[in-house]
Amino acid sequence: MNPFSSGTRLRDMIRAIRACKTAAEERAVVRKECAAIRAAINENDNDYRHRNLAKLMFIHMLGYPTHFGQMECLKLIASPGFPEKRIGYLGLMLLLDERQEVLMLVTNSLKQDLNHTNQYIVGLALCALGNICSAEMARDLAPEVERLLQFRDPNIRKKAALCSIRIIKKVPDLAENFINPATSLLREKHHGVLITGVQLCTDLCKISTEALEHIRKKCTDGLVRTLKDLANSPYSPEYDIAGITDPFLHIRLLKLLRVLGEGDADASDSMNDILAQVATKTESNKVAGNAILYECVQTIMSIEDNGGLRVLAINILGRFLSNRDNNIRYVALNMLMKAVTADGQAVQRHRATILECVKDSDASIRKRALELVYVLVNETNVKPLVKELIDYLEVSDLDFKGDLTAKICSIVAKFSPEKIWYIDQMLKVLSEAGNFVKDEVWYALIVVISNASELHGYTVRALYRAFQMSAEQEILVRVTVWCIGEYGDMLVNNVGMLDIEDPITVTESDAVDVVEIAIKRHASDLTTKAMALVALLKHSSRFPSCSERIKEIIVQFKGSFVLELQQRAIEFNSIITKHQNIRSTLVERMPVLDEATFIGRRDGSLPGAASTTTAPSVSLPNGVAKPVAPLVDLLDLSADDTPAPSSSGGGDLLQDLLGVDLSPATQQSGAGQASKSGNDVLLDLLSIGSPSIQSSSSTVDILSSNSNNKAPVSSLDDLSSLALSTKTTSNAASMMDLLDGFAPSPPAENNGPVYPSINAFESSSLRLTFNFSKQPENPQTTVIQATFVNLSSNTYTDFVFQAAVPKFLQLHLDPASSNTLPAAGNGSITQNLKINNSQHGKKSLVMRIRIAYKINGKDTLEEGQVNNFPRGL
Amino acid sequence: MITKPVGVVCRKTLVNRVTRLWLWLWLQLQLQLRALIRFEMIQFVLLISRQGKVRLTKWYSPYSQKERSKVIRELSGMILSRAPKQCNFVEWRGYKVVYKRYASLFFCMCIDQDDNELEVLEIIHHFVEILDRYFGSVCELDLIFNFHKAYYILDEILIAGELQESSKKTVARLIAAQDSLVETAKEEASSLSTIIAQATK
Repeated sequence: MNPFSSGTRLRDMIRAIRACKTAAEERAVVRKECAAIRAAINENDNDYRHRNLAKLMFIHMLGYPTHFGQMECLKLIASPGFPEKRIGYLGLMLLLDERQEVLMLVTNSLKQDLNHTNQYIVGLALCALGNICSAEMARDLAPEVERLLQFRDPNIRKKAALCSIRIIKKVPDLAENFINPATSLLREKHHGVLITGVQLCTDLCKISTEALEHIRKKCTDGLVRTLKDLANSPYSPEYDIAGITDPFLHIRLLKLLRVLGEGDADASDSMNDILAQVATKTESNKVAGNAILYECVQTIMSIEDNGGLRVLAINILGRFLSNRDNNIRYVALNMLMKAVTADGQAVQRHRATILECVKDSDASIRKRALELVYVLVNETNVKPLVKELIDYLEVSDLDFKGDLTAKICSIVAKFSPEKIWYIDQMLKVLSEAGNFVKDEVWYALIVVISNASELHGYTVRALYRAFQMSAEQEILVRVTVWCIGEYGDMLVNNVGMLDIEDPITVTESDAVDVVEIAIKRHASDLTTKAMALVALLKHSSRFPSCSERIKEIIVQFKGSFVLELQQRAIEFNSIITKHQNIRSTLVERMPVLDEATFIGRRDGSLPGAASTTTAPSVSLPNGVAKPVAPLVDLLDLSADDTPAPSSSGGGDLLQDLLGVDLSPATQQSGAGQASKSGNDVLLDLLSIGSPSIQSSSSTVDILSSNSNNKAPVSSLDDLSSLALSTKTTSNAASMMDLLDGFAPSPPAENNGPVYPSINAFESSSLRLTFNFSKQPENPQTTVIQATFVNLSSNTYTDFVFQAAVPKFLQLHLDPASSNTLPAAGNGSITQNLKINNSQHGKKSLVMRIRIAYKINGKDTLEEGQVNNFPRGL
Repeated sequence: MITKPVGVVCRKTLVNRVTRLWLWLWLQLQLQLRALIRFEMIQFVLLISRQGKVRLTKWYSPYSQKERSKVIRELSGMILSRAPKQCNFVEWRGYKVVYKRYASLFFCMCIDQDDNELEVLEIIHHFVEILDRYFGSVCELDLIFNFHKAYYILDEILIAGELQESSKKTVARLIAAQDSLVETAKEEASSLSTIIAQATK
């Protein structure tokens, strides 16, 4: 066979490839070469095997498939000469990775080469093993590597040390075999061996506590001495970098000392002096020096507390922070983040500088700085910090706005000193970067607005103004539309004017204009449009002058292709045209949303908090989980971030539960919904089921539905604290006590369907009694007459009673005799309930109740569970 | 009257929840394990030219072929577009990539969040100085045509993503010794073939 037939030289091939003008040409050349190489492989050509493999490696680097060359690597490794082995091992490391099966075949060759007489061949084998070793190989070859740690040539010892690192990481059980040889490496003089030995010890300490104890006891003093000698060593040209002898060794020693000093006062104590020396004496005008200082600061921060050293370290970071070099500033921010927990006060001193870094042109620095600012905020500095951040929001890059907005919202929600400030800041954020605001954030905003009754007028006017300026921000539009829908009359009449406001004149038609713009904007999505329709309906009764115009707008949507909109339009239209008499009661203002539930959830240090404040779970890198975040993941599996509006059935159901004055449409206020769905799930969990009437048609299984992304979170809250709902009432504890206090009901008498009355619920302000009766022909059905007696001295108005039962029960509520309950037992309300027990005789009745009423116009809510029903009902 | 087996439905959703819980726990375990056996200080080394061509890649953690090309694409997009004044660190997938530009080449090393970025810059420089000494003022073409030599040198500096030698002189000496081994082997081979050629004449 002609040896020249196997094609071109490596150099020529590279030239040919580089000469290609187009990708197609390159592919053609590569294809031709690959074909030649395959042919050579098939002919088992020995002479040019190494050249072919070199070519393959180059082709591989260009990104072409080269798996057919894998066996060639093995053949080259198995051949006796050094040149063949060298290229063979290179190919092995380049073309294969540890997951390929072929690798198993190489174990034997590796074993032979590790025992080879030529130390360079041993070196090649160690290098390959260190780079691609799998767990099986680690087990097979560990004894060889262990032996090589004592090889006469230091260059082999250092390679063996790094190989050992790979082995113990693959198979941590092997760690104990390496403890003794590793510690003996620490006494070496050769820098390469020392560096790798220190590295090996560091990793051993991380993997095995036994090793940590051993090394801490035996080697700490020796390491301190080594570092001291190194720091004081005279100039040595071989290891010198920018005037420092071997910074790499410095850094590795500091790292190992950090591991040894962590959590051990004695070890920390013995290294104090040398750390102080390194921190003060190291030159900081070159990268190498700064790298050592950085490592030293990290070590000081991690070892057991020493006040003096910490001050020194924070000062070094302060110096870093004012450095002109971006790299240095970056690492300073990084390190300050870790230092915050140790010494927050000292870090606060650098707040102004850190805030400047948030505005840096460099994304890496900005990101670090923002995270740092986020942890630095507290009650005292929140106002100036947020002002700075919001000012910066106006000019920041588009891709940074998302992060920045999330952080600002989270800070504002967490630390706002007063409601007006919170609303102000949120409005600013909405008008600057409304499109980046997460759903939970604006839900929360609406809850707050709804609760701040004295600020309704102010808020709606501020929103009106903001809307005129930046109508392109979707979320701002939504909040504006909702507020105008609710408080539009306050906008027109300038109700609740604060001193700080400028008066504005808005006519009724101006207010409707806003909603019309929102609904006709092409960019508006379904949620916004649906909210706008509701707002229009509300206006139709409040602004009689615009009634006709509103009707026209609504009528236009009767032909909408979106079912939700079409349905709303048709229903609303019929309310406007046919039900004039009940319209005004239908569209009354929303009752105040339940802030207590909302905040209770947020303060529960649970994911609820995370998502209302958009905080940590958002920025998790790579799924590295912080303790709370995974819980969100768990329940969020099916729920993505799309804010899909819930179906109207579900919405009604939820409102039913809360005792809202039912408007015929689903209220789109997500916040309210979120807090309600929590209760629903609670009921579900207690297996009390959803309210009876709709239970068959519209049971919402929140956990498996993905229609509402808030729901899983709230359900989780409930999982973790079943007492959530009781938290919302002021006298929850006493109520629960009362309930617990009830003894099981007296046994039912057997002489016919006569059951004793029970005191179903009693609090300091209210008593509820149940009287039972049964029709003999229908034992499953029980009629309960509920009697409410007011025990306080105030009259209750807007009295609403609600009940929920498990799924095996069906409940029918008749209208109550009145919705006003006179004070001090001067009268009562009665209401009939009909319960159908499908498991009659097997399960007894159980019921969850909720009573809402107003005392002097203030909302009060009481809840409880009735489980003392007589048996046999 | 409700006759449909509500209990069964409940049990089903319960089972669903339990499976989800297990699934989630399993996932967490995987993540934890992955975090635990996070490997080397340096995950991989990349040399990318200004045009985005790959000149050298070395993977110390297992990445499949597909992942590798994805990583390279992502990173070259991020790094090549950065302004010269910006810092030399890019945060990427929970890791950090330290890069430095020398003439037309970007040297990139991917490290863990907690590692010392400044030191890695120094390691890059260490590598470049050794290349420079070996090739005599190295340029991109040297690295293209002698890419295997660049790999040999890298293997003398890093193993398993850890630094093995801080002395440039020692690295140079070791490489020279191995090169001369190759040379002698070649000479022997050629002299052998001439002897054979003469004998068969």
